[in-house]
Amino acid sequence: MASSMLLNKSAGVSLGAARQGRSLRQAKPTSTTTAAVKDVFMPALSSTMTEGKIVSWLKQPGDKVSKGEPIVVVESDKADMDVEAFAEGILGSIVVNEGERANVGAAIAFIAETEADLDEAKKKAGSNGAAAAAAPAPAPAAPAPAAAAPPPPPPAAAPAPAAPAPAAPAPPAPAAAPRADGRIVATPYAKQLAKDLRVDLATVAGSGPNGRITASDVERTAKGGAAPAAAPAPAAAAPAAAASAAAPAPPAPAKAAAGTTVSELRGTTKPFTTLQAAVARNMNESLKVPEFRVSMSIETDKFDALYKRLKPHGVTMTALLAKAVGAALASHPVMFASCTPDGNGITYNERINVALAVAMPDGGLITPVLKDADKVDIYQLSRNWADLVKRARGKQLQPDEYNSGTFTISNLGMFGVDTFDAILPPGTAAIMAVGGSKPTVVATADGLIGVRKVMQINITADHRIVYGADAAEFLQTLKAVIESPDQLLL
Amino acid sequence: MASFTAHSTKAQASLASSQQAKLVSARPQRSTVRCNASLPVSLDSRQLNQAVNRCIRVSRHVATRSSRGQRCAVVAMAGAKYDYDLVIIGCGVGGHGAALHAVEQGMKVAVIEGHDIGGTCVNRGCVPSKALLAASGRIRDMKNEMHMKSMGIQVGSVSFDRAGVAAHATQLASAIQGNLKRSLEALGVDILIGQAKFVDNHTIKYGLPGRVDVGGQVTAKDVIIATGSVPFVPPGIPIDGKTVFTSDHALKLEWLPNWVAIIGSGYIGLEFSDVYTALGCEVTFIEAMDKIMPGFDTEIARMAERLLIKGRPIDYHTGVIATKVTPGVPGVKPVEIELTDFKTKKVVDTLEVDACMVATGRAPYTNGLNLGSIGVETDRRGFVPVSEKMEVLGSDGKVVPNVYCIGDANGKYMLAHAASAQGISAVENMLGRPNVLNHLSIPAACFTHPEVSFVGVTQEKAEEMAKEQGFPLGVAKTSFKANSKALAEKEGEGMAKMLYRKDTGEILGVHIIGLHAADLIHEASNAIATKQTVQDIKFAVHAHPTLSEVLDELIKSAHVTPPSSSSNSSAAKAGAKQPVAA
Repeated sequence: MASSMLLNKSAGVSLGAARQGRSLRQAKPTSTTTAAVKDVFMPALSSTMTEGKIVSWLKQPGDKVSKGEPIVVVESDKADMDVEAFAEGILGSIVVNEGERANVGAAIAFIAETEADLDEAKKKAGSNGAAAAAAPAPAPAAPAPAAAAPPPPPPAAAPAPAAPAPAAPAPPAPAAAPRADGRIVATPYAKQLAKDLRVDLATVAGSGPNGRITASDVERTAKGGAAPAAAPAPAAAAPAAAASAAAPAPPAPAKAAAGTTVSELRGTTKPFTTLQAAVARNMNESLKVPEFRVSMSIETDKFDALYKRLKPHGVTMTALLAKAVGAALASHPVMFASCTPDGNGITYNERINVALAVAMPDGGLITPVLKDADKVDIYQLSRNWADLVKRARGKQLQPDEYNSGTFTISNLGMFGVDTFDAILPPGTAAIMAVGGSKPTVVATADGLIGVRKVMQINITADHRIVYGADAAEFLQTLKAVIESPDQLLL
Repeated sequence: MASFTAHSTKAQASLASSQQAKLVSARPQRSTVRCNASLPVSLDSRQLNQAVNRCIRVSRHVATRSSRGQRCAVVAMAGAKYDYDLVIIGCGVGGHGAALHAVEQGMKVAVIEGHDIGGTCVNRGCVPSKALLAASGRIRDMKNEMHMKSMGIQVGSVSFDRAGVAAHATQLASAIQGNLKRSLEALGVDILIGQAKFVDNHTIKYGLPGRVDVGGQVTAKDVIIATGSVPFVPPGIPIDGKTVFTSDHALKLEWLPNWVAIIGSGYIGLEFSDVYTALGCEVTFIEAMDKIMPGFDTEIARMAERLLIKGRPIDYHTGVIATKVTPGVPGVKPVEIELTDFKTKKVVDTLEVDACMVATGRAPYTNGLNLGSIGVETDRRGFVPVSEKMEVLGSDGKVVPNVYCIGDANGKYMLAHAASAQGISAVENMLGRPNVLNHLSIPAACFTHPEVSFVGVTQEKAEEMAKEQGFPLGVAKTSFKANSKALAEKEGEGMAKMLYRKDTGEILGVHIIGLHAADLIHEASNAIATKQTVQDIKFAVHAHPTLSEVLDELIKSAHVTPPSSSSNSSAAKAGAKQPVAA
């Protein structure tokens, strides 16, 4: 369980492009309305409403809709209201699904005037969809391949890690269905999960009676089989995301299912989606920053022991790590500074706001920010973190809660990664890549050989403002904090 | 109970042996029972006085009635001519309610019960299912970690004991059954055991098959049929009680199938889906109608679907009927259910599930009553035809004298409390006080989490009425999201809706889905029953903060605009109605 100790349980993603959200948000959904395809906007149901949640779609793609007919139920702060179509036609595609939120004015569906325009409507949804749905959250960024590449280590490691969204067509069933008659029998919950995790039931081997697919079968498939499915979408951004992550992009040998997907992709070229394009743009942008890396090994036995002690009080590893970093940063102001946009000065930030990457269930990535990690006590920090993660998954974070970070942590420890390096989010001085903590044979200070749990920390910093010694000194402080962590309780 | 018997004999002996005395014999017993604990001996003088006073009061009552009409003569004659004033066939909630009211009115009553005192509701229906819902509701609550956390509560792992939950239901049923039986005994109602059969409209034979020691024949001036209903099982579905079963078996909760198909998405099916999913089972509904929860107001059904179906491990097939069900073996062989399109009659799918619960409604239990002997035929489905006064109608369409039918057996409104209300109405009618029960004032509730309740008509029906009768329809809505108490409980999901006449303020229907909706509906049902209008109840005060403020807000958001005096005839008609309503 060495590697699991330093897990950022809910997150665990390389961070490369975490901040690309900004640029993506600027890339507003292009709502050029051709005559044939009309957008359905999220309406403002009250004067205070800024975003709405889709309660349910009363019409499905392909259904005819007439003007004035209720097509969708939207939840505002006070009630659920039916929203009527203002155009006649066929519901071409739905952009924002049930349970998801969208800002007022964002396109939530497209109505095609005639059947001939249906394809157009679908295409629009394809290009606009990702952006619209993701609007409240920052861009799901590059890292998925890193997250998804190595199958997560067995049990304790990660609860449904990341579940990246396969944007690609689901792989066909390879010998999955053991039922003689070829039917797919899945329980209601299994079906729901498959929809949520975007797993094609045809690819799931049922373990229930008569080959019935149960919820756990779907979960297993989503965990194990998601890697290949996820590969096509974010692969494009991978090289930029993290150098070390670039290699495993096509999840090489392993699974049978993986082989199918990869072979399907071989020899094809796919244009970027809006999202991927935005990520790529940001990655290129990052090349203008002269980055350098410094790494250090840190022993975590005491840190792990402290975590074990605090866990019953609701303290999470993520919060503890953020707290340690916050404490270390306090004496190194340059590490959470930023270079001025004109490149002529250093802006020293007032607050130590630690951003941590969280993978979203739908494949996106968000970096909730633990503000004032140096000052807020560990218990409150843990509560804040739980709240942030919960709301992040519900796409309810305020912009300030995911773009106000002044230092970033990316943790891939739970995947068994030893060390990796991250790309610096624009506008910050440094990002810290955390590897897994593993029992390692070391020469101890008293000259004996011992086994200690050791993890690798790798800092990527902007050399315009942070110099080698700055980063090294920070790491030294951090090492001191993590190796005698009791001060974190003060 | 020794003193009980001693006393009643004494009371009877000490009074004239007329019918009145017999009538009274039931009443003083009440006071004796109450005093039993402290006074194990029979009557003291005070009690005797009370008894005598009551007796006098009753005779006066009878006398007054006699002066009004000849009813008393009949009652008095009953003593001579019949064993009882009233015999009720069936002792469910309907029969019990009728018996209580009849005793209250001074009648001598017997009930004949062929199975369990308490009938379906107490033994195989509402009561035990509430026990299951209460237990499973708490399990659902505690398992909802997010919800608990949002109130600052941390729950460890939650587990339950199936047998314990099942035992709670059984114990509750037997406790309520005991209460019911004792309440009848305490009132002096004779409980006869056996299945009843009409000889003529005053004579009933009863007995149990294969038993010569039980049974007999009684006569009564009036007879109420209150035989209730049994689960309806469509043809082609073999019930094995194990993998294919009805609510009767499901209530015993003998096992928890991983996947249950429930045929029928009415309130029985919904409540069981609530129990099953809370206990970790998955559910598939099979509904013949085009939409799920067909009996509900459309908007309420939509919200119910969101709150009770989506987000739970439930899916459904609509517009299909289960034409063939092959029972399985728990854990070995799944149940197979063949689904046929309701319209095209083509087989569309086959389900493989662990168990199949049939909740397709209920069929009247009227076989074996020998209704032919009193010239009555049940309808095609077995319901006993009745007039609006609950009088049984013969095959010729005319009222059969002295025979009434209440509850599920007449099929007017198959709910326990409706049966009870019909029973009271029937007793009123047999006493010569014409009474017609307004079924639109009877509330109904579904005890899911959250609950659903309604009274009166649905919005669809109200719109139809408004169109036909040409009145302006008002629709008021409120949300539980705006209610402080609901928010304090973190249960802000839900809505209430009221349909009313904008011109007169008459309330046509109220629908609620949300926390404790079943308890909230009564303000509305009472208003409808007592013909109060929106204007009347607008000034009623509700304690703050309570859930009842949901209705407060609902009523206050309704706006009545009485037609001006110079308006057209339909408005004038509506205006004329107003004094009646007020």
